Amino acid sequence: MISASTSTIPEVEPEEKRVPQEIRVRVLRQDAPSEESYWQQFAIPYEPNMNVISVLQRIAAIAKSQDGRRVPPVAWDCACLEEVCGSCAMLINGRARMACSSLVDNLFEETPGEIELRPLTKFPVVRDLSVDRGRIFNSLERVKAWVPVDDSYDHGPGPRISPEEQEDAYPLTTCISCGCCMEACPQFNKIEVVQREGETADDFDARKQTAYDEQFLGPHAISQAVLFNSHPTGSMNSDERMQALTGRGGIQMCGNAQNCVAVCPKRIPLTRSIARAGRAATVWAIKKFFDR
Amino acid sequence: MTQSRVLVIGGGLAGLSATMRLAELGVHVDLVSLVPVKRSHSVCAQGGINSVNAVTRQQGDNEYKHLDDTVYGGDFLQHQPPVKEMADWAPRIIDLMDRLGVPFNRTPEGFRDQRRFGGTLYKRTSFAGATTGQQLLYSLDEQVRRWEAEGRVKKWEFWDFLEPVMDDDGRCIGAVCQDMVTMKFKAFSADAVILASGGCGLLYGRSTMSMICTGSAVSRAYKAGVKYGNAEFIQVHPTAVPGADKLRLMSESARGEGGRVWVPRKAQDARDPKDIPVAERYYFLEERYPEYGNLVPRDIATREIFDICTTDGLSVDKDRLCVYLDLTHIPRETLDRKLGGILEIYEKFQGVDPREAPMKIFPAVHYSMGGLWVDYEKSETGGLLEGSPRNQQTNITGLYAIGECDYQYHGANRLGANSLLSCIFSGLFCASGVIAGAKKNTRDETSPDFVSAVKRQEERHQAILSRPVGDSNPYDIHRQLGDIMTRTATVVRRNEQLSQAYDEVCQLENVWEHCSLSDTGNWTNQNVIFTKSVGDMFPLAKLILKGALLRDECRGAHYKPDFSMPGIAATEPAEQKAEAERWCDRFEENTRKWLKSTIGVHGDDGHPVITYEDIDTTLIPPRPRLYGLVGGEVIEQVWKERSEKATEPVTVG
Ligand SMILES: Cc1cc2nc3c(=O)[nH]c(=O)nc-3n(C[C@H](O)[C@H](O)[C@H](O)COP(=O)(O)OP(=O)(O)OC[C@H]3O[C@@H](n4cnc5c(N)ncnc54)[C@H](O)[C@@H]3O)c2cc1C
Ligand code: SF4
Ligand code: SF4
Ligand code: FES
Repeated sequence: MISASTSTIPEVEPEEKRVPQEIRVRVLRQDAPSEESYWQQFAIPYEPNMNVISVLQRIAAIAKSQDGRRVPPVAWDCACLEEVCGSCAMLINGRARMACSSLVDNLFEETPGEIELRPLTKFPVVRDLSVDRGRIFNSLERVKAWVPVDDSYDHGPGPRISPEEQEDAYPLTTCISCGCCMEACPQFNKIEVVQREGETADDFDARKQTAYDEQFLGPHAISQAVLFNSHPTGSMNSDERMQALTGRGGIQMCGNAQNCVAVCPKRIPLTRSIARAGRAATVWAIKKFFDR
Repeated sequence: MTQSRVLVIGGGLAGLSATMRLAELGVHVDLVSLVPVKRSHSVCAQGGINSVNAVTRQQGDNEYKHLDDTVYGGDFLQHQPPVKEMADWAPRIIDLMDRLGVPFNRTPEGFRDQRRFGGTLYKRTSFAGATTGQQLLYSLDEQVRRWEAEGRVKKWEFWDFLEPVMDDDGRCIGAVCQDMVTMKFKAFSADAVILASGGCGLLYGRSTMSMICTGSAVSRAYKAGVKYGNAEFIQVHPTAVPGADKLRLMSESARGEGGRVWVPRKAQDARDPKDIPVAERYYFLEERYPEYGNLVPRDIATREIFDICTTDGLSVDKDRLCVYLDLTHIPRETLDRKLGGILEIYEKFQGVDPREAPMKIFPAVHYSMGGLWVDYEKSETGGLLEGSPRNQQTNITGLYAIGECDYQYHGANRLGANSLLSCIFSGLFCASGVIAGAKKNTRDETSPDFVSAVKRQEERHQAILSRPVGDSNPYDIHRQLGDIMTRTATVVRRNEQLSQAYDEVCQLENVWEHCSLSDTGNWTNQNVIFTKSVGDMFPLAKLILKGALLRDECRGAHYKPDFSMPGIAATEPAEQKAEAERWCDRFEENTRKWLKSTIGVHGDDGHPVITYEDIDTTLIPPRPRLYGLVGGEVIEQVWKERSEKATEPVTVG
């Protein structure tokens, strides 16, 4: 049959294919930063073709835990619901992935009838499944992930680009800054800066950015550096990017474990980017040595 | 001179392009958004962005024709000078985005490749894979990050805009926003405020839009006195994939690349679609619209698909309305290269490979042509006067609107790939005028105007939090509102239904007044943010329904069968001609009566007050939109004779 919805209609019913009545959801909750986390169970009726977002929407609407207690709805982030905004990354059955593109029917093949949701562990929890991923954008700034144009006035078209170059660059431009690769990376550690008593929002933010500046950039940012270094105009400030890549928290931190590429929802060729960045870093180091 | 300071609400394509240009011109920008700007709804756009280009130009295309397609597609309901300016800027905008690094698809020789979109006969649409919006947004996000690193831009992400603040002269001097993490309120003082908050699809429950497209910011501006234009014009996209949480778009580019829409001639034919011979397939768009085929403008494709399922009963499935959108005749490799991204979405969310089996699709709410009323200043050449503070300014001095949240560019129906263009255009173009009109605002956030506005918002917030526990919740109310709106104010509209819906929405608003929260805390309380945005959907919903109710005609996306103008029934040439004359008479009369923008103002009693505004059609006189109408050729002939007569030099005797 063609449609996924019709294929879930139980015709011949082998034992394991029986449609479940309800979905039991275990959520690791945390009321605020620096609070203790705790597990809470929810149960909602099963419907065909659900994703984890619609599960969370049902939980928000009933706002009761499995034992019938009124509880505040679970906090989580989402926007596009089609895996292109990068908002909804979380640990689903222990694996970093996007809630919107995680279909309940597929998850049930891992754990029939049950789903476990936890916040990403490499980013500070804001509340429940919502985490502070500002560090992802901080890394993009560190590697100067932009084309250094003169201005936004008309200067005619950009450089000619062959279809091969376009096809090479395109996958890298589809990174949604979700954080899954960082979650999986053994070299990427959680940095949690806690606001001090009486500290202004600006001071707190500045302290956070400084703390991030010293730490591993993460695979996504390495990949973006490669992207912009390969762009004809982008390459004009490749030196600055190489400086960031070879500086503290740069490419040398990467142990090549390749966990990142395995979890990337957009299947971005991160290991290829990392290998390219590694080679470029070596060349750059030699060049710098002779330029002295 | 002290640096001027502009507050931009929203970091989609419109907000980011304005921010980039303003920062470049030396302005300090505070940029407020519900989500990190890189996650704004613009990332969802798939198909592409329009402009005249080197190739189409040599095929006879020019900016005037882009203007003409846009206003004809929009059924003449937009002022023409801004559209002209946009069409003139379009080639430069694509060039700019190209320079910023957008990976547009390339021809073998290394030029930008273009595809054809609905409502035009030229290949005007540049695209980057099937994720054009994402790529455009990222390249602007990158430039804005560059300015952020320089200290010229400060982002306020996870902040909710609550109300604009005006001084005693009625000039906008800033706004009140709320931090969605700490739930704290803050006043922002500014020399000018720009709203770039996008569409309002969530009014319809499920749509093709993102969860953040609640229209809340626009509604709050409307309640504060900004006029709203053409609310009833809501575009329903012909091809979406129905889902429990969202109706996911299947881009028009699927048809642009050769996708064909069909249904089995036999109702609910149970055979595998691939086993149905061509003779037993009904390619209804191609048969009914030989010239445009599958690429008729959106409103027409939508109505045809809707009709074939409801009136003709030819839906593919019985329990779920849908038709086939078929790509299986196109080589896999081509599909992957040109449509990879959108096909993956279908595969990922439906579990079926659209390269192997035809997709099942149905129309869904997609875009709001209407929006905040904005002004413009016309130039001598019929376009806009660059640098005029009137451009994109609402009726409140110092408060501007750009992007999907303004009403300016798309009239009664938006052409595909024209929205990304209008967003970037309005963002870039408004900047010089905003600066010219900005008045140094000496009041800081401790001045009484700001303090009282913050207090008002704190009180509203507190009142909602402390409502007694009741049995209705905001999620249910939202679902009910969506059902009412989808049922009555989408593809087909009828007066009895609209007025009943209006009453239902008013009742539901009362229920909302008493709905209780399941979270009364003051930390990342998404429950209360959502509840407020649901409450703010009612004024807009009423505006849409009222506008639709009053407008007794068919125009673009607004279709009322009771007021439709059927084609020519006669078969005799002479009778046909006479009928066509009568048709044209009626058309002219209707134009006199209804070729006007609907302008809504929020009344003190909560009901909209509706008036009408004349439209500047000085560049292209309105003409009947005849796509596929029976006897359209005869009408066209009669119409031509009339317009020739009208333009003949008058002999003074
Ligand atoms: C699925 C889909 C596909 C599309 N494809 C195309 C296409 O191929 N071509 C085309 O031309 N058009 C397309 N469109 C239309 C186009 O994408 C949108 O019209 C356009 O992106 C809108 O951009 P914007 O900048 O106006 O707003 P958005 O991108 O929606 O951004 C709005 C911004 O405002 C912020 N905001 C909203 N409310 C508040 C608030 N209360 N407080 C603070 N901030 C707020 C948001 O956080 C966000 O940053 C498509 C639309 C959809 C739904
Ligand atoms: S390859 Fe490098 S970046 Fe990727 S997971 Fe391993 S250590 Fe991290
Ligand atoms: S590289 Fe992949 S996993 Fe990492 S942030 Fe980008 S999209 Fe997410
Ligand atoms: S909600 Fe946008 S990626 Fe999941």
